[in-house]
Amino acid sequence: MAITLAHFLVVGALLFALGLVAVATRRNAVGVLMGVELVLNGANVNFVAFERYGAGGVAGQVFALFVIVLAAAEAAVGLAIVLALFQTSKSIDVRQADLLRE
Amino acid sequence: MDHPVAVTQASFLWVIPALPLAGAVVNALLGWKLQRALGRRAVHAIAVAAVVASFLVALLFFTRMLGLGAEERTLHERLWNLFTAGRLSADLAFSLDPLSMALVLVITGIGALIHVFSIGYMADEPAYWRFFCYLNLFVFAMLLLVMGDNFVVMFFGWEGVGLASYLLIAFWYTDPQKAAAGMKAFVVNRIGDFGFLLGLLLLFWALGGAWTPRPAALRNLEYQPVPELGAFAAATDAAQAEALAPLVEGVKVGPTLSFRELRDQIAVEATGVRARLDGATIWGLPVLALVGILLFVGAMGKSAQLPLYVWLPDAMAGPTPVSALIHAATMVTAGVYMVARLSFLFALSASAMGWVALVGALTAAFAASIGFFQYDIKKVLAYSTVSQLGFMFIGVGVGAYWAGTYHLVTHAFFKATLFLGSGSVILGCHHEQDMRKMGGLGQHMPITRWTYLVACIAIAGFPVANGFYSKDEILWKAFTSDHLALFGAPVPWLGPAIYLLGILTAIGTAFYMYRSYYMTFTGSYRGGAAGHDGHGVDAGHGDGHDRGHAHVPHESPWTITAVLAVLAVGSVLSLFLGLPTLWTGVAPAFERWLEPVVAEVHFREAAHGTEWLFQLFGVLAATVGWLSARALYKDGRSQVPARLKERFARAWNVVYQKYYVDELYDLVVVGPAVRLAGLLSWIDKRVVDGLVHLVGAIGRLVAELDGAIDRYLVDGAVNAVAFGTAGLGRSLRRIQTGHVQTYLYGALGGALVVVLLNFLIR
Repeated sequence: MAITLAHFLVVGALLFALGLVAVATRRNAVGVLMGVELVLNGANVNFVAFERYGAGGVAGQVFALFVIVLAAAEAAVGLAIVLALFQTSKSIDVRQADLLRE
Repeated sequence: MDHPVAVTQASFLWVIPALPLAGAVVNALLGWKLQRALGRRAVHAIAVAAVVASFLVALLFFTRMLGLGAEERTLHERLWNLFTAGRLSADLAFSLDPLSMALVLVITGIGALIHVFSIGYMADEPAYWRFFCYLNLFVFAMLLLVMGDNFVVMFFGWEGVGLASYLLIAFWYTDPQKAAAGMKAFVVNRIGDFGFLLGLLLLFWALGGAWTPRPAALRNLEYQPVPELGAFAAATDAAQAEALAPLVEGVKVGPTLSFRELRDQIAVEATGVRARLDGATIWGLPVLALVGILLFVGAMGKSAQLPLYVWLPDAMAGPTPVSALIHAATMVTAGVYMVARLSFLFALSASAMGWVALVGALTAAFAASIGFFQYDIKKVLAYSTVSQLGFMFIGVGVGAYWAGTYHLVTHAFFKATLFLGSGSVILGCHHEQDMRKMGGLGQHMPITRWTYLVACIAIAGFPVANGFYSKDEILWKAFTSDHLALFGAPVPWLGPAIYLLGILTAIGTAFYMYRSYYMTFTGSYRGGAAGHDGHGVDAGHGDGHDRGHAHVPHESPWTITAVLAVLAVGSVLSLFLGLPTLWTGVAPAFERWLEPVVAEVHFREAAHGTEWLFQLFGVLAATVGWLSARALYKDGRSQVPARLKERFARAWNVVYQKYYVDELYDLVVVGPAVRLAGLLSWIDKRVVDGLVHLVGAIGRLVAELDGAIDRYLVDGAVNAVAFGTAGLGRSLRRIQTGHVQTYLYGALGGALVVVLLNFLIR
């Protein structure tokens, strides 16, 4: 059985869905950040898969690399916020972090 | 007089009235300061200088006038336009013709003398500056009256002298009686002025013209002469009338307020004005007679003729110089001046002439009879003034305009002498006016006595002084006039009847004047200590003056006696103005002087012998009056007057109480007027105020209703919007939890909805 585009897309969609669930449900801020990584990587799989089976070339791969860089930066900023949050409220539970209200 | 008046343009005529005005203004604004800082001298220096300067300027113009031909002696100066209404315009313009020149010289000349007299007479007055301010104001207004070139300026002066008269009669305004006398004079004069205005408006109406609406969009009215007047016969519209109207033989035709233009219109036959006026009627009455009578009603008020004379005797409440200047020499003669000025108009209507002469004669006789038994020396002179004014009106009424005006001038001299003499007496007797408390003053006050005697001779009508010449001429002209009419019907016997009344009055005049002379100056002094019980009308203010004086009459200061002497000399010398034709063969100087400006009236021819006889009658009348007064009152010894008084007590009382005319006025005019005023006040308080309050209450109610609507409805809607927004905000803020994941649910939900919609709506 040959591996087709559909397989990759299913993997990407699963990664995206799992990441979204993690972002929406995890209480731990670090967990939420990890969920975001999953979502981004789900998108990366799609980029590469469409490039390999569709257009042909390297634009998809390059785009995936950009996303990885972006994810690294996002994680760095996110972790900095989590650290600040922890210093403020001695907790990294996102349910308790409601300072943005009002 | 069938040609237009030749006008000589002159400059600086305005200086004559402006000088007294300036004096009045300076004293009004700075008088009290000057009086405090520099003393009374500064105050009277300004006032006297103003009038004397005015007199000198008048003299300058007089000499200039003498240099002109008889027909060119109308000096005229136009200062500026007062108002223009359509084709009618009134200027502030002065004119001096022989008539007004004579008046101006009398006003400023005798006015200046009386100003000088006032220095001594008013020396104790605290409000010295106010007195001189009013006096100057009066002279100004009087000069406006006589120098005004048209009815408007004349009316200004006419009202101005009324104001000054009011201010001066009520000069001692703290005394309610004097204040009331001032008001009485003012109100009675108003009645006369109303007649004057009516006459003026009627004349204006009769001259043609109607208020017609302007074409086009202009909303105001334009004054246009009516086309029936000959001059406009060919005109079909306003522009054409304008082009055709201006001149007929050099005379402007149409409604005018200028004396000269009016006279020219009437004098020049071609204008058709005279024919129009002759035929004009209103409600079936001839307009000319009505105009004359109404204008004369104005003169009745100002010149104190029956039945409007009542204010003049009361006007004696004012200071004596005022009585002399305003209520004898000048203001009260304004009516005579007015009739003489409008002689061209009065001469057109025999009815108006008859009316004027008759009222004059009745007034002369009536007032003289009241004068018989008065004890207040100023009251005697007041009634004498009313009586002499009656003579003047006989003169101007029968058409002897020069004689009436001449009597005005002679009367100004001798009556000023008499009044100032009485002022001197009053001052000498420490503000006593009752002749019963005088007597024997001849020894104490020689100058006053002799000047008073000269004036008595003049007014009684002995040929050695001026009064004879004017009075005799008036009575002679009355006797020879057969052109008078009453109410449209010719009454040829009216002239002789007036003569009879006049000659009887002349007897009376001589009687009451000599009575006052003998009671005051002969016999022994009856005043003394008893003289200070405050009996005289004038006594109230004299308290300060009495202190430090012995109760002996004393001669007055030189400012007073000098003025008396000058006036007495004038009373004699002015006879040369009126030497009768009978004696000299030429017309009297004054008649020739006035001849170009007054209308010509034809009198019946009479033989010279008759005229001599009538002159003799005049002297006889004076002699009879004189001798009877001498017999009854000389030295106060005769008991006859007292016995006669006992015998005819009732008749005496009626005359002494002035025929109860004042009481009659109270009953007929004042009482109802006061009651009407009370009724109106009641209506005002109850009905009008009630209505006003009702309207107010309604307004308030509406306002409160409006307020409620505003508060509950309008404010409610505004507040509801605000509260709604706030509530919505409160409920919506709950969805902003601050939990990032909640927002994420929102976003996911939204995305889901979009996806679902994408599938559902194709």
